[in-house]
Amino acid sequence: MKRLPNWCWPAIVLAAVLIFNLVLTPGFFHLEIRDGRIYGSLIDILNRAAPVGLLSLGMTLVIATGGVDLSVGAIMAIAGAVAAGLIARPSETPFAGGAPSLGLAAPLALVAALFCGVFNGVLVAILEFQPIVATLLLMVAGRGAAQLLANGQIVTFNAPGFAMLARGATLGLPNPVWLLLIALLVFNLGTRATALGLFVEATGSNPTAAKVVGIDARKVKLVAYALSGLCAGLAGLVITADIQAADANNSGLYLELDAILAVAVGGTALSGGRFSLVGSLVGALLMQALTTTILTRGVTPETTLMLKAAVVVLVCLLQEPKFRESFKRRVRA
Amino acid sequence: MASLLEVRGMGKRFLGVAALENVDFDLVKGEVHTLMGENGAGKSTLIKCLTGVYQPESGTTQLSGHEIHPRSPDEAVRLGISTVYQEVNLVPNLSVMENLLLGREPRGPFGIQWRKLQKRAEAAMMRLGVEIDVRVRLGNLSIAHQQMVAIARALDVSAQVLVLDEPTSSLDADEVAALFAIIRKLKSEGIGIIFVSHFLEQVFEISDRVTVLRNGQKVGTWSISELTRLELVSQMIGRDATELDRAATLEVVENSGDPILQAKGISKRGSVSDISLELRAGETLGLAGLLGSGRTEVTRLLYGIDSIDSGSLQIDGSQPSRYRPMTAIQKGIGYLSEDRKGEGIFPELSVRENIVILEQVKCGWLRRMSPSRQKELADDFIVRLKIQPPDSERAIQFLSGGNQQKALLARWLAVEPRLLLLDEPTRGIDVGAKFEIMSLVESMRQSGSSFVFISSELAEVVRSCTKVIVMRDRHSIGTLEGDAITESNIVQEIAGS
Repeated sequence: MKRLPNWCWPAIVLAAVLIFNLVLTPGFFHLEIRDGRIYGSLIDILNRAAPVGLLSLGMTLVIATGGVDLSVGAIMAIAGAVAAGLIARPSETPFAGGAPSLGLAAPLALVAALFCGVFNGVLVAILEFQPIVATLLLMVAGRGAAQLLANGQIVTFNAPGFAMLARGATLGLPNPVWLLLIALLVFNLGTRATALGLFVEATGSNPTAAKVVGIDARKVKLVAYALSGLCAGLAGLVITADIQAADANNSGLYLELDAILAVAVGGTALSGGRFSLVGSLVGALLMQALTTTILTRGVTPETTLMLKAAVVVLVCLLQEPKFRESFKRRVRA
Repeated sequence: MASLLEVRGMGKRFLGVAALENVDFDLVKGEVHTLMGENGAGKSTLIKCLTGVYQPESGTTQLSGHEIHPRSPDEAVRLGISTVYQEVNLVPNLSVMENLLLGREPRGPFGIQWRKLQKRAEAAMMRLGVEIDVRVRLGNLSIAHQQMVAIARALDVSAQVLVLDEPTSSLDADEVAALFAIIRKLKSEGIGIIFVSHFLEQVFEISDRVTVLRNGQKVGTWSISELTRLELVSQMIGRDATELDRAATLEVVENSGDPILQAKGISKRGSVSDISLELRAGETLGLAGLLGSGRTEVTRLLYGIDSIDSGSLQIDGSQPSRYRPMTAIQKGIGYLSEDRKGEGIFPELSVRENIVILEQVKCGWLRRMSPSRQKELADDFIVRLKIQPPDSERAIQFLSGGNQQKALLARWLAVEPRLLLLDEPTRGIDVGAKFEIMSLVESMRQSGSSFVFISSELAEVVRSCTKVIVMRDRHSIGTLEGDAITESNIVQEIAGS
């Protein structure tokens, strides 16, 4: 029998959620084109899932090496604060002479995010901190840094060009969706068209054996954490552009947990080893589809969290071959 | 003299396979009784049956004349049988005194009475004649001192029998001497000690009697003074040293050319000392010796997993500045670990990925091998080495041990190393696979590859090596070449006679 990929289970559950809506939520599948842009619940799910989807790509690599990155939410806040600061208050930045072009704010924010990722990577790979402890440092201190960058305020700005990153659409699809798809493509090519993916999986699967075959686990981990930081930077830009403000306290709050859930649901074991980027993305979409479903059906939002938890448990059980075996046996009996 | 501990006809099976069969054993007061045997001989099964970890299926155990059936290690301790394992089983983050009395702290109305605790801990260490501050964190002590704390803890509950399971395997000479002083002191107090060790010197130094086990059965018990080393080793290996002779003489490849690898007096503290060897193309160098003699440690140094403290290691006549596995791989040196699960396979990855990974590491991460090239390489070896099932996409964890081993061998063969270090490549695999692996090694040797070969099966060493270095107690003690390579010569060298 051909083996099914790990991500087929979350995909099946996602399909089930959609079918549920097809039958019971009128207008859920309704799409309409206004001003050259597609609107509808399905597009809304894609659009809203983009930040967590971006986070989950980097998170997948980190988790596959046997680690975890708790700091991505804080890195989002840092990236947002850097971008907003550069746009809204150029006089307080090194660019005091003239306001930096909008084209410079985004790249510099990404550089800051990348730097945060490298910082995590150095702690974990070189100084051999426990991943949870290492990234917890930046999770806490990073928010402080973001608040310092923003002078403890919510930095608002009005930059239509920058806002296009989140609010604009290209060929009918919202820009964040494009960003997510491009990131997925780049990450997939970067890990699967090179041997990076194999080295990441080998490092996570058996670090000692990886050392014996000459894989430099430190480099592999450093790259994974750096990329996770970069993804968080992108996600931070999307959110900042969307609300045209950087809120250091709340931007990306708890999103690291959503990203970890998306990875787990997507079939990547938290103990490291085999990973699936597509799976993580399906996981992120499933989470958002649930949220949107609950909201459109008028159920109280408080229920969302509990329902999400139930679905996570279900998908994780379905992925476990032992559970499927015993389930089959019970059904037959 | 009446026995302190008496075991009659003990037996234990695992999945229908006898690990221990009808074993008798006895221990008198104030005696050190050593258990010896190669891997799988049944030493640890016997100890675990005595200490309540396993429940024996047959046989009786009497302690001071009363029959006992310990159901858990705890119960065994209460009965008076305490064990100190090779790996220290204490809590590194707690202080010495807390470790000593963990679970039996003196308590008063306000919780633990720390002063009393410290006094009792100090007394326990004094009994062993060890002076250390009992308030320091256990993890800050040397392994030797941690071991002594473990012994003190074991003795604190009025133990009559103390089991020491390979206590000296990570100690250096001075530390062993200190430990032996403690053992002698305990002997004089009338405690019976069961000692497990692979170090012949130590066994002869400290034991009163020795019992040899082989394949789960008792070979015999001797007073140490009536046994020579040669006899002891012959009993363990199960061959009479005088009857062993070489089965076949290997056709020696004309080894022109300079040595690929040359080690001069390499040592590592707490591991091996003063090892010298040389390897040229077309040679298979055997490292022979009992378990724990330092064979594995030598290969780890030669491959750069562990780094040497002193001596020189030259490859093609020059000394690499920072020698790591990657350096070795680039120089054409490979290493197949004896620890297949721990240092070999990537369990979740496919057989294909497990095979191609080394070649891929050599290519670097940017130049990925094409999927068709990967499949071709993997399928080629699956056919050549008859890996079962012949499915390159199956996760390697679902293959049998022998087939995993073949895949790991394929991993190395794919990069065509000039020198391959094979540590127990045939352990735990079936006879057919063993034969296939060994004939492959021999044919590669004849075409100019060289090998370092470690095996606990002497017959295998004799059959496949052109040169044998014999090791004992982490030193090399002799080299055999050509016709001198016979099982009897090796056994005699190991025994040092």
